[in-house]
Amino acid sequence: MTLWLLVWKSLRQHALSTVVTALSIALAGGLLMSVWTIKDQARAAFMGVNEGFDAVLGARGSKLQLVLNSIFHLEASPGNLDWADYQDIARNPNVELAVPIAVGDNYYGYRLVGTTPEYFTRVEYAPGGKFAVQPGGALFDPARKEAVAGDFVARKMKLKVGDTFHPFHGLIFDEKNQHAETYVVTGILKPSNTPADRVIWIPLEGLQKMAGHDPKAETEVSAVLVKLKAGGAMAGFRMDMMYNKQGNRLTFAWPIGRVVAELFDKIGWFDRVLALVSYLVAVVATASILASVYNSMNERRREIAILRALGARRRTIVAAILLESASISAFGMVAGFAVYGVIVPVVAQIMRAQTGVVIDPFKFSRIMLWAPAGLILMGALAGVLPAIKAYRTAVAENLAPLS
Amino acid sequence: MAMTLLEISQLKKSFTAPDGAAHGVVNIKEFHLAEREHAALQGESGCGKTTFLHLIAGILKPDSGAIKIAGREMSALREPARDRLRATTIGYIFQVFNLLQGYTCLENVLLGMSFGPGMDRGFAQALLQRVGLGHRLHHYPRQLSTGQQQRVAVARALANRPKLVLADEPTGNLDHKNARESLQLIREGCRENGAALLLVSHDREALAQFENVREFAAINQAAGEQAGA
Repeated sequence: MTLWLLVWKSLRQHALSTVVTALSIALAGGLLMSVWTIKDQARAAFMGVNEGFDAVLGARGSKLQLVLNSIFHLEASPGNLDWADYQDIARNPNVELAVPIAVGDNYYGYRLVGTTPEYFTRVEYAPGGKFAVQPGGALFDPARKEAVAGDFVARKMKLKVGDTFHPFHGLIFDEKNQHAETYVVTGILKPSNTPADRVIWIPLEGLQKMAGHDPKAETEVSAVLVKLKAGGAMAGFRMDMMYNKQGNRLTFAWPIGRVVAELFDKIGWFDRVLALVSYLVAVVATASILASVYNSMNERRREIAILRALGARRRTIVAAILLESASISAFGMVAGFAVYGVIVPVVAQIMRAQTGVVIDPFKFSRIMLWAPAGLILMGALAGVLPAIKAYRTAVAENLAPLS
Repeated sequence: MAMTLLEISQLKKSFTAPDGAAHGVVNIKEFHLAEREHAALQGESGCGKTTFLHLIAGILKPDSGAIKIAGREMSALREPARDRLRATTIGYIFQVFNLLQGYTCLENVLLGMSFGPGMDRGFAQALLQRVGLGHRLHHYPRQLSTGQQQRVAVARALANRPKLVLADEPTGNLDHKNARESLQLIREGCRENGAALLLVSHDREALAQFENVREFAAINQAAGEQAGA
């Protein structure tokens, strides 16, 4: 009780330095938790995205580019493959489902992806999660110029059932490249929290035969999404050998999660730099606690002497200083959660807009325990030097004047 | 006959001067104070009165000699035990009051008891009522007059229900009226709480209120040694 009174009074008496140092701790703790959570959740979320498929078959090139293009709808397509290649893999006895996709057009920057209705009817994009059209809409008819919009793009572009639009050529929006064809929106997909939400889906043939496209495109697809039969790991390995090692025309990206993991391994240095920055901010913030508490010790010598004269033991004074330093950290960490609450939702929103990958900012992560515990401990350690100074305060000398 | 509360014998304390030489400040062969007794020591500034009180309170450790308070040998105790004995047995009134500026009157009095018997809010409020500051419980020292601050200091000195109150020039910073009233309050407070009082002062008017006044120089041989040297 007395200890808390001493700590609270001291924090109040040095309110400005308390607030400033607590804010620096808030920044450090908030950054640390944000970087950690975004890194962990983004990795897990990206690796978890496969839209229900095990592999992607595409033109010879980078597996990562192939996966980013056909699953995440990012990056350029590495090239096309023949319709015959699609038919070939679709007939493979180890393949449960092969779905062709074609890319090459956009609507104000949002991709148009051509595919077959099987993409929506036969695939679970996540366990128990199947694509569905929102009430009042329907899937496109493969023979018509119809489109189904993902939830995110529909909201952003204010598309609704019955709307018509002209696609633009290319993956990057350029108003000069508008196609003449008119597409009708027949349905809006229910949110899947996957990159599919950022896409306008049209029939495969629509993209293949779009006016102005290379006539060769009519017999080609951009990629084939492949779902292997249950226990298809061995088959995946054999197909990996067949397409990637023995063949030199196509690329078989399998398994999708491992390909994405390679991306995170490649950009791992970036995480480490961010983490290092957070650690440095934490060290500087802790040092600022040390400086502010230590500097206040000179003006507090008399107060310490009075408390000692009232019977306070040295260890009581030491405990009060350590508790005060730790409390600054603790208050800082409370604000640190506010910093986290600002940073992570914003990053999550940007990530969703840019990639369609969804992370939950408020999902519990171990860092939410470790960061506060670590910083409060560091705060307490920052109090050691001032506490030693307080311990050594000579009582009689500081109770002046003498008579 | 009253029991002896404070018993001092062969007490010596010296400090090291900047030139390295030992500088004797206190050298008292014998000193006694009975329970509930009120005594005053008269002496000029710098004659070692404060050091003497610090030694009694256990704030300073003597070079040699014995200080026994309420049957316990203060001078033989280690520091934490001396702190404990001070917190439970002794109340201290300083010349400059030494109130904690960031604490209200009530909190200052509560701190006076918190290291000893523990906080007793009711008793703290009663003490402040007794010294006429019942309406200033939540005021800070800077919001009080000098005389009021001294009264808070008196209440704080009585807060741990001490057996002995040490008062070091308690009227030094007060005008005549406040000094007289304050001294009266200290003595009444000590009587009401059964505490002995040892006051040191050079203020003749203050000393005139005591029946038992002794010259500090007469009991402190260090003063004679210095004069002789």
